[in-house]
Amino acid sequence: MESMASAAIFYGVAVLVLGSALYVVVGKNLVHSAFALVAAFFGVAVFYVYLGADFLAGAQVLIYVGGILTLLLFGVMLTNRIYNLNLRSGAIQVVPGALSAGLVFALLVWIIQSVDWGAMDAGDPGPTSESIGRLLVGDYLLPFEIASVLLLIALMGAAMLVRRRGSGSS
Amino acid sequence: MIPLEHYLYISAALFSLGVFGVLTRRNAVNVLMSIELIFNSANINLVAFSRFVEGALGGQVFALLVIVIAACEAAVALAIVMSLYRVVKHVNLDDAAELKG
Repeated sequence: MESMASAAIFYGVAVLVLGSALYVVVGKNLVHSAFALVAAFFGVAVFYVYLGADFLAGAQVLIYVGGILTLLLFGVMLTNRIYNLNLRSGAIQVVPGALSAGLVFALLVWIIQSVDWGAMDAGDPGPTSESIGRLLVGDYLLPFEIASVLLLIALMGAAMLVRRRGSGSS
Repeated sequence: MIPLEHYLYISAALFSLGVFGVLTRRNAVNVLMSIELIFNSANINLVAFSRFVEGALGGQVFALLVIVIAACEAAVALAIVMSLYRVVKHVNLDDAAELKG
């Protein structure tokens, strides 16, 4: 009974994620698209919870919803004239785009169906933060350090790119 | 329990929607949103495989690194979009063809 309710919630969240993702890519209003993206990110966080990835679910909410989405909303606001209340985003090449995306989807479904994954549910791994932390400073130390340096460079580069020319030069 | 294939189907659908958005949207910020959808679909796959393979927590570490890369990408891409807006006063991607030979 409990597993049935949990499955129902899972598929409900799946519909929510795909529906809001669809709105993100076909919706006319940019701000509405950004808020639909919030729903999609939260839904993906719910998937992480179902997969037993508690730390990642938290990181997803904090970084995507708290960080990246705020950044995107700033992008929407700053790249439109402030009195332009209906922030529209047009679409081009709808038929070729739909065709390509449909082809990609068909290919992926075909691959998923034709491969025998032989995967067994390994069970709930329990709290993962400690093991992820140990992996990050152990086996995955080099990727971790490279990611930190990349983040630093990217943020400095972004600040450099949007700096107004002429101001701030001493 | 939810079988692995269902996560893969959801991820494939999310990926295709992201591809559709990247191909059809004209607004640069909206294209960035679609790219974030693609990142998320890849992450679902990574975490799902890490759950369904015994003792493979590396998938979650990888997903964490993907989130970091996504943050970098969003910051740099939005900076480029801002610079574009400052020069041409719009962010329509197919009108910004100044570098076309």
